[in-house]
Amino acid sequence: MFNNNVNFLFGDSLSLGVSEKLWNYNYTRYHPMDEISSWMDSVVEQNPKLVTSLVYGQTFEKRDIKLLKFGLPDPGGLEKKAVWVDCGIHAREWIAPAFCQWFVKEILQSYNESDVRLTKFLQKIDLYVTPVLNVDGYMFSWTNQSTRLWRKSRSLPPQGCTCHGVDLNRNFNANWGTVGVSTDCCSNTYCGVSPASEPEAKAVTDFVGTRVDQFLCYLTIHSSGQLILLPYGHPQITAPNYEELVSVGKAAASEMKKLYGMEYRVGTSPQILYANSGSSRDWARLLGIPFSYTFELRDKGEFGHLLPEDQIKPACEEAYVGVTSILSYVYDNNFPNDKLPTAAATACVHVTGLIVMTTLATLLVTLGSV
Amino acid sequence: MSPALMRVLRVVVLLSAVRGAPLATVTLPPVILEPVPLEPVPVPSEPVRVDSGADQNISIPINTEQQQQQQQVSLDVDVMLTGELNPNHYPARRAAQVVLHHLNTRYGSPYWWGALRQVHKATAEALGDSGRKYSLEVTLQDQISGTKETCTAEVVFPGGPAGGPPQVTTSYEGKSEINTQAQEEALYNQYNTSQNLLSGHNLPDSYGHVAPGMEPFWHLGGVASSFVMLKESSENTLYNMAQVVSVTQLATENNQLRFNYDVLLHEMVSQEIIHWKLLASWSPQEGVKASQMELLPKCHHCEPPQEH
Repeated sequence: MFNNNVNFLFGDSLSLGVSEKLWNYNYTRYHPMDEISSWMDSVVEQNPKLVTSLVYGQTFEKRDIKLLKFGLPDPGGLEKKAVWVDCGIHAREWIAPAFCQWFVKEILQSYNESDVRLTKFLQKIDLYVTPVLNVDGYMFSWTNQSTRLWRKSRSLPPQGCTCHGVDLNRNFNANWGTVGVSTDCCSNTYCGVSPASEPEAKAVTDFVGTRVDQFLCYLTIHSSGQLILLPYGHPQITAPNYEELVSVGKAAASEMKKLYGMEYRVGTSPQILYANSGSSRDWARLLGIPFSYTFELRDKGEFGHLLPEDQIKPACEEAYVGVTSILSYVYDNNFPNDKLPTAAATACVHVTGLIVMTTLATLLVTLGSV
Repeated sequence: MSPALMRVLRVVVLLSAVRGAPLATVTLPPVILEPVPLEPVPVPSEPVRVDSGADQNISIPINTEQQQQQQQVSLDVDVMLTGELNPNHYPARRAAQVVLHHLNTRYGSPYWWGALRQVHKATAEALGDSGRKYSLEVTLQDQISGTKETCTAEVVFPGGPAGGPPQVTTSYEGKSEINTQAQEEALYNQYNTSQNLLSGHNLPDSYGHVAPGMEPFWHLGGVASSFVMLKESSENTLYNMAQVVSVTQLATENNQLRFNYDVLLHEMVSQEIIHWKLLASWSPQEGVKASQMELLPKCHHCEPPQEH
């Protein structure tokens, strides 16, 4: 959807107006939280007409939960719709925050190239991106080698139990506590004491919940398993737009496979993975947000959550085409009379520009030599 | 109206309570809240599969508007699919993963480590008291060379209270194309010494990195872990090795290189990280064997330990 044709190259002269900090940021490495935070600040600082940031809650340990909001003014002055993307709800899934950062990079790059499709999209739809939702857990997973595989938040143990943390993706108010959860606080699928009891889940619930009519799409990024999961996690509940969710999901998986041949299976969690309840994806769908998906990125178990840094680029490129496939559909579905120009049309613009420039250059050289 | 139907309706109301409008079609078969028989309930379309897991009961709160204490209706269901299975769905995938664990115990080495690539076909049948049998056609891939191969397999998950590890048979006849013999001999000769015994930690490390010289011992750890994963597998689990925490070579005995391994296994359904110790022995002739397998308790009260 956005300009897929330009590879990200360090020192690419097309990336004009990007600050030194952003310029040097290495999107093919994992970054600790402080680097991600300062990167977010740079993104906003350098692109004030495109991005703002917003703190929409605090973690258990009182850290800010921050998102980046991408949007452009609608020329018609109409109320904007919205799309939500969050990464890092599970601490150890480092490729997910890496993807959110990659995704932002792609947006910035496309914006700097005046990409027509991106402009149109952002004029109608605000894009909310949370690079790291479970900040406490993510930071804990960076403490040392023994904490690397932490999954949950870092809340204190509840009364009568001795372990930290709640599985935030079991804590949302969506058939909470019914299936695929544990009531043992030491378990990795501990769902908390009540729906949205955890401040991280509450922050999302409050922010998206108070804007639900705007939201067209809710995407939550995880690893691993190479799956595109659609609602619902409960085996006996079917979303009313199940068929459409499947076909849009399968189209995304098909785009993803074109890049590196990686298979992403599409289905509900109880079909292709396991039954679960209290997931953010389910909560979003129950709220009425029509397109709600969980992406489980690479791989299928060889490295699992410890995905090597040399796979960040291909994993993110795959995820990018999958996500943008869904976002394109969502856009066209909502604005059928004003669809996005095709990628071919966009390429045409670039090629035309190139031809014009080349012709001009040739003319100048010819004139110069006369 | 029957009590069962009343309960069904209450569930629908409960689930629709969010935001007022019913936004989810609840497709409940008629007997959902009754104690369910062990034989699958015949339904015209997709059968209901409710995987109760290790100790996960499906409870749907009822009578919430009437009583102070929620009643929990446990579905403790063991309704498992039989017949033709969807190869992309989890029952077939979990059984197929067991096939890979089995193949790794038989054919794995520091230079051959199989992974599940695809499930083509799968059927399941109930064997009464003897358990359940899956018949599968799978493609596996050596994670090192990338070579793929297709084979058929049968997995029997034993029934009854004793349980026991799954039993696997396959049509796979051993690595056909890739010849790892030379590499294996070289590695064996290099480490068949009582001097400079190998040791390593965190394979892969937090960044997914494994030093090239340690890669064979990471593979060996994965293969040796397959002995554990095979015996621990059931229809309610999906195991992968997450990390070799440590590997320490011991003196060679009976011509087998020997290594103490400390590994972390990832169990997908519970999302738990499970810590095992084992002794791996290997030679090119004998292949990999694992012994002294010991589950280490989860350390609930640990502060992050000192760095190694």
